[in-house]
Amino acid sequence: MLAFTLRRMGQTLVVLLVMSFIIYGLIGLMPGDPIDIMAASMPGVTPEVVAKLRAIYGLDQPLMLRYWRWLMAALQGDLGFSRTHSQPVLEVLMPALWQTCKLMISSFVLSVIAALILGVVSALRPGGFVDSFVSLFAFAGISVPVFWLALVLILTFAVALHWLPASGMTNVGDGGFMDQVRHLTLPVLTLMLANTGQFTRYVRAAMIETLRMDFVRTAWAKGAGAWRVVIVHALRNALIPVVTIMALSFGTLFSGALVTETMFAQQGMGKMIYDSILSNDFNLALSGLLFATLITLLSNLAADLAYGWLDPRIALK
Amino acid sequence: MKHIIALCAAGLSAGLLTTSPVRAAAHDQLTIGVAQFPSTLHPDIDAEVIKAYALGFVMRQITAYDASWKNSCLLCAELPTIENGLAKVEDRPDGKKGMAVTIKLKPDLKWGDGEKVTAKDLAFTWKLARDPKTGFSNTHPWTRADKVDVVDDTTAVLHLDKVLSSYNEWDQILPEHVEGPIYDKAQASGDYIKETAYARAPTTPGLFDGPYIVTGYTSGAQIVMEPNPYWPGTKPGFKRIVLKLIENTAALQANLLSGDVDMVAGEGVGLTIDQALELQKQHPDQFTYIFKPSLTYEHIDLKVGNPILADVRVREALVYAADRKTLVDKLFQGMQPVADTWVNPLSADFASEIQHYPYDLAKAKALLAEAGWKPGPDGICRNDKGERLSLEYSTTAGNRLRELQQQVLQSNWKAAGVEVTIKNEPARTFFGETVKKRSYGALAMYAWSSNVNESPSRTLSSSQIPSEANNYGGSNYIGYSNPQMDKLIDAAEQELDPAKRKAIWANMQEIYAKDLPAMPLFFRAEPHVVPKWLAGYTPTGHGDMSSYWSENWHAQ
Repeated sequence: MLAFTLRRMGQTLVVLLVMSFIIYGLIGLMPGDPIDIMAASMPGVTPEVVAKLRAIYGLDQPLMLRYWRWLMAALQGDLGFSRTHSQPVLEVLMPALWQTCKLMISSFVLSVIAALILGVVSALRPGGFVDSFVSLFAFAGISVPVFWLALVLILTFAVALHWLPASGMTNVGDGGFMDQVRHLTLPVLTLMLANTGQFTRYVRAAMIETLRMDFVRTAWAKGAGAWRVVIVHALRNALIPVVTIMALSFGTLFSGALVTETMFAQQGMGKMIYDSILSNDFNLALSGLLFATLITLLSNLAADLAYGWLDPRIALK
Repeated sequence: MKHIIALCAAGLSAGLLTTSPVRAAAHDQLTIGVAQFPSTLHPDIDAEVIKAYALGFVMRQITAYDASWKNSCLLCAELPTIENGLAKVEDRPDGKKGMAVTIKLKPDLKWGDGEKVTAKDLAFTWKLARDPKTGFSNTHPWTRADKVDVVDDTTAVLHLDKVLSSYNEWDQILPEHVEGPIYDKAQASGDYIKETAYARAPTTPGLFDGPYIVTGYTSGAQIVMEPNPYWPGTKPGFKRIVLKLIENTAALQANLLSGDVDMVAGEGVGLTIDQALELQKQHPDQFTYIFKPSLTYEHIDLKVGNPILADVRVREALVYAADRKTLVDKLFQGMQPVADTWVNPLSADFASEIQHYPYDLAKAKALLAEAGWKPGPDGICRNDKGERLSLEYSTTAGNRLRELQQQVLQSNWKAAGVEVTIKNEPARTFFGETVKKRSYGALAMYAWSSNVNESPSRTLSSSQIPSEANNYGGSNYIGYSNPQMDKLIDAAEQELDPAKRKAIWANMQEIYAKDLPAMPLFFRAEPHVVPKWLAGYTPTGHGDMSSYWSENWHAQ
C-alpha cells in the first residue's frame, strides 16, 4: 500500500510538471497579449508606452524563458504575481479556493446524500411509481442547462419572492454566518439540482445490478432485515463504481463551476481560472489549473485507496 | 434527536427566509451593478474603463470634460488658458517653443486621512510618471512636461517640451505621503506596480481625494465607498456606494429587478443597449432610462491594399448602399446617431459641412457601374475580367449586435450587387492578430474610443500604422496614409487658437469623408438604468464619466 501510494505521488509530480509546461505554452500561444488588451481601452496610448509596459511585465521575453523563470520561482514557493489582480498569486488563489470549497463541497455533499437516497429508493422497485418519478427528476437535472436553472431560481426566490439575495457572497456590513448561508443557498441549490440527477442514475444502476447478485439473495435467505441487506450488503458493494465517478467529480469541483459562479457573482476557482486565461494572466491561470489538476490526481488516488476498503478482494500493487 | 434536528432545520429556514436584505426606505446606500472589475485602483497603471468609473467616486482629475463636453476644473482653482495667463508659450533652451502651464490647486483639498493635497503631490506624480520603471500608462501623459516647478503649497508650473493644444488636460495626482515610501523602496522595474498601496492596501484613506473613500475592496467582487470626511466640496448624498460585479448581464438584469442592485452603470460597463431597450419595454416605469450618445465610434475599416476597395467609387458605393438610418432605427430604436466621420456631433470640433452619404441605392449602383462593375446574371456585379464583386466582412464572433448589423448590411449590399461573405473571429483573435496585422479580407467592423478633442493621430496618422518594424505598435489598423492628413493632425495637436483649430479639424473631417478609409456607422449610446429616486445624475458620454460628479447624486 505504501509503495503504491509513493509511486502514485511520484507520477503526480511528473504529470504536474508536464501540465505546467503545456498550460503555459498554450496560454502563450493565444493571440494577443495582455498589453494589447490593455491598450485597446487606453485612448492616447503610444507604441512607446506599449513597448515599455511589455518590458515591465516581462512580456518582451521569449515564452520558454518566462516559463523557466516561473518554474524556478515556483519550486521555491513563489507562484508569481497576478497581473490582473495586482496581488501575489497565492493571495488571489486562497480566497477563491475557500469560496469554492464552501460552494462546491456543500453542493457535492448534498448531491451525494440526495443521490444515495433517491438511487437506492429507486432501485428497490425498478419501473415503479417512485422510480419513474425519480428518473424524471434525474433526467431533468441532467438535461436542464445550469444557466437557465440559475436564472429561474433567481427570478423565483430573489425577484418574485424576495426571500434570498440574487448574487454576491455577503451583504456589505454583515458577512455573518447566516448572511453567508443566505448568499450560498441559491448557487448551492443550482449545483445540487444539476449534479444530483447524474449521481442518482449511477447509484440506481449499480444498486439494481447488486441487488440481483447471489450474495444478496443469500442475505435475504438468511433472514437479514431489509435495512441490513440493502444498506450494509448491497449498497456497500454498489458503491465501488459510484466512488470512481464521485472521486472524479470531486477533483473537478476545485476547478469550480464557471457558469454558476458567474451567474451568482461568486468569486470561486472556476471564474478565477476563466478570467485569468482570458486576460492572459499567466501566473494565476497556471497556478489555478495546476491546483485543479493536483486535486483531481489526488482524488483518483483516494478513490483507488477506497476500493481496497470497500472490497478487500481488491489488492493495490 | 429527531425533534432537535427538526428545530434546527426550522430555525435555519426561518433565518434564511426572514433575514433577507431589506433595502432602507431612506436610500442611504446606492448599489451599482457593473459587468467589469478593475485590476487595481491605481489611476496610472492598467488603464481600464471600469477603473476610470470607480475612481470617479474617490479620486479627482485636475481637469475633466463636463457633461456639456467643456473642459473644467476638478482639483484646480482655475482652468489654465492662454487668455487668463496661466498657460504661456515659452522659449526653450534648445531654441524650440514649449509651454509653461500653471496649475493652481484648490486650497482646501485634503486626502482621506486629513493630509493636505499639495503641489508637491503633483510633482511627485510627475516624477513617477517620468520613471520608466513604474509603468505608467495614463490618459493625459505627465511625460508631456519635462520640468515641474513647485511654487508654493498649491501652485506648480509644468514646463511642456512642445506647444500642445491639450496643455490644460491633466489627470489625477498621487499622495506622496503614502506612495512616496513605497516608490523609494521599489528598486527593480515593475516593483512599484506590485507594491503600490492602491493594489496592496486599497482601503488606505490617504490614497483618495474625492468625495468618497474606499472602505471595502474585494478583488473581483465589490468595492465599498463611504464619504471622505475631509472632502471640502458638496456633501455626498449617500452613506455608502457599492460597486458590485455581476458579469453575466442576464443576472445583472435579474439583480436590478430583485433590488439587489439599484442601478446599472452606463459607460460601457453595464448592460448592452439592446438589453436596456428590452428592459425598458418590459419595465417602463420601474427605472429611469438614459441613452447617452458617446464617443465610441462604430465603423467598418475598408482595407487599404484590397484591389476592389482601392477605387474610391467602390468605397463610396458601399456607404451609399448601406441604409444606416434604418439599421439604427430598427436595431436600436434610433438611440445611436448615424456617424459621418469619427467626430461626434456633440464635440466642439464637429464639422457639418462635409460630404454626407445618405442611403441612395441608385447612386451606389451608378458609382459601381462607373468603376467598371456591372450586374451579372445572379445580380452580383462583375468587372471586365469576369471577377465577382465579392468582399469578406469580419467582426467579433459572438457579439450579437454586430452580427445583426452584418446581416442587415449584407442584405443592403446584395441589393446593390455586392456579394459579402461573413467571416467572424473571437475577439482575441480578431483584435490580437487579424486587425492588428491587417490580415482581414476587406471589411473589418469594430469601434474606436477616444477622448473629447483627442487628435486622431492614434488611428489615422501614418506614423501609427502597425508593422513588423514597430512590433505592431500603433492603432492605425486601416493602414491609412495621407500626407495631408498627417500634416493636419500635427497642426491640430499644436494649434492653441480655438477658431483655427476648429478649421483644421473641419479640414480633417472633410478629407476623411472623401477618402473614406473607413465606413462610418454610428456612435454608440451608453444605456444608463437608474432608480427613479436618484437625482443629480448626469451622464457625460465621454471618458470623464458621470461618477466624476458623484457628490451631486442623492436620493429624492
